[in-house]
Amino acid sequence: MEFLRFLLRRVLWSLLVLVGLSMVIFIIARAVPGDPARMALGPTATQEQVADLQKKLGLDRPIVEQYGLFVVGLAHGDLGRSLLTERPVNDDIRDTFAATLELVLATIFIAVVCGVPLGVVAAYWKDRWPDNAVRLVAIFSAVTPSFFLALLLQILAGYVLHILPTTGRLPPNFDFAPGYTGLVLVDSIIAGRPDAFLEGLRYLLLPAISLAAATMGQMARITRSSMIDVSSQDYIEASRAFGVPEWVRVCKYMLRPSFVPPLTILGLEFASLIGNAFVVELVFAWPGMAAYGIRTILQKDLNAVMGVVMVSGVFFVLVNLVIDLLVGLVDPRVRIRGSRQ
Amino acid sequence: MSDALLSVRDLSVEFTTYGRTQPVLHGVSLDVPARSHVALVGESGSGKTVTMKSIMGLLHMPPASISSGAILYDGRDLLTMPRRERLKLTGTDMSMVFQDPMSSLNPVFTIADQMSTILKYADRRLGRSRSRRERMQRVLEVLAQVRMREPERVARSYPIMLSGGMRQRVLIAMALLSEPRLLIADEPGTALDVTTQAQILKLLKDLVEERGLALLMITHNLGVVRETSDYVYVMHKGVVVEEAPTAELFAAPKVAYTRALIDAVPRLTGARPAERTEAAP
Ligand SMILES: Nc1ncnc2c1ncn2[C@@H]1O[C@H](COP(=O)(O)OP(=O)(O)OP(=O)(O)O)[C@@H](O)[C@H]1O
Ligand SMILES: [Mg+2]
Repeated sequence: MEFLRFLLRRVLWSLLVLVGLSMVIFIIARAVPGDPARMALGPTATQEQVADLQKKLGLDRPIVEQYGLFVVGLAHGDLGRSLLTERPVNDDIRDTFAATLELVLATIFIAVVCGVPLGVVAAYWKDRWPDNAVRLVAIFSAVTPSFFLALLLQILAGYVLHILPTTGRLPPNFDFAPGYTGLVLVDSIIAGRPDAFLEGLRYLLLPAISLAAATMGQMARITRSSMIDVSSQDYIEASRAFGVPEWVRVCKYMLRPSFVPPLTILGLEFASLIGNAFVVELVFAWPGMAAYGIRTILQKDLNAVMGVVMVSGVFFVLVNLVIDLLVGLVDPRVRIRGSRQ
Repeated sequence: MSDALLSVRDLSVEFTTYGRTQPVLHGVSLDVPARSHVALVGESGSGKTVTMKSIMGLLHMPPASISSGAILYDGRDLLTMPRRERLKLTGTDMSMVFQDPMSSLNPVFTIADQMSTILKYADRRLGRSRSRRERMQRVLEVLAQVRMREPERVARSYPIMLSGGMRQRVLIAMALLSEPRLLIADEPGTALDVTTQAQILKLLKDLVEERGLALLMITHNLGVVRETSDYVYVMHKGVVVEEAPTAELFAAPKVAYTRALIDAVPRLTGARPAERTEAAP
């Protein structure tokens, strides 16, 4: 009950944040110098043509009214039309979002599946060589910018060793396109195409690793300190006195209470993860939202910019909601009291 | 005295931190005969917990090391027997009641989960086997034995859902899971309010008497000593300075240190309400 109220509170807050986000972005996008209509039509267009387009886009009206129109559209799930592609922004985003989603999900998977065990290993052999090794890796992966790692991996794995493809999401002219979910790895399984699955995986690996490294380092660091914290708790000593074997103590009694901080950090890190995803997508020519988002910003394609930002925002909110749910699942204190302690 | 269930002989323990070695126990000897109720009393830092940890094999070595002595259980030395053999005794035949009910239970697992896990691995060490159902049955049985009114509900609960007194009962139940012959209690219930602590001590005493268990009660509170023990060892700076049957010790303490302890500590149980509020924080 408390937990439901807790989640509801989080949802309401998120909605508020999204509204705030939409206003700020709306104002910034319009405050930046440069006339979208002029940019869309090019330098050769006449003043009348530009004024016409401005009128058509509603740019001549007061900004409050413009925002009102935008919100009305948003409420109907309509993000308007892109100046650049002259298609509905909804369609543009739908085509690119799935690729970004797949990349980000794979990244989270790698970060958690590698980072958490590394943290456990480091905590278990605290101050011994495995710990030092993990800490070194964590620091390096945290301070290496993801675009640098992306380029490095691309050169190393792609051009030097020739083991993995370096651009795109699937081989050119490949006879498989993701359908139902838009995720290659999922759709290929649904379609019963193991070859497509493997190809998708090969293409996904480098971008996902480049993007995951920083988060993985964070996960390892937080898990380590959290495990060390928990290991000195009385209840761990008590389970030792009752003869619970060491591996059960570490992997069950210590890991589960240690799991909440890394989860929480994952939620917070997620914003910078989306930002980095844009860069990594550009390096690997990954057909995600990045290229679209950047082109639209440069062109002052207002509707498209708002669309990309809002979709990213909703994505962020949803991921954090899922994390809140997981935290409640892992830690009954959150579920019962709506908070820890 | 060699027929005692537990016999600590001339035990010396030292801690080495940052290259400095500091002796903490200096030749401690004490006996706990079967079915007897023995107390180990001393001020904070006197080495009671270190003694308990040595007995239960809980010292972290390093930094601790046992420089001399023996700990006989049933006539066999725990310190020299193979680890496997020792693990068959600790946590099963000799068991601990933990002090702090707030921090000694894992916050993210249910009581049933924690208790049946303990039972599962105790069974495994002893080469017994029990189905999940049978384990659960045993858990409920033991919870009922510590006078828990709704064992099923308690078993399903997370620690946070229980009061301090109930959690302390759970800790006692944990110790009873494998039918021990010796219970070692390190300051049980000191984290609880005075009334609840008195109830817990009463329960512990009743259980120990009912089942004919030996009890080693570790405390700094002579009121607790008087209530729960027949024989008492007084410890000071890692040395046992005095030992006597409880009644004798209170009637005629031989050592000045004991005298000071007796004068310092108010009685716990049987206190009148006025005294009780005075004693409460
Ligand atoms: N891990 C350790 N490292 C170094 N010294 C220690 C360690 N544990 C205990 N000691 C030392 O051993 C001495 C005895 O400590 P112990 O915990 O046994 O006291 P105690 O009698 O149980 O006190 P209390 O009533 O506060 O529980 C203390 O002086 C303490 O400094
Ligand atoms: Mg102590």
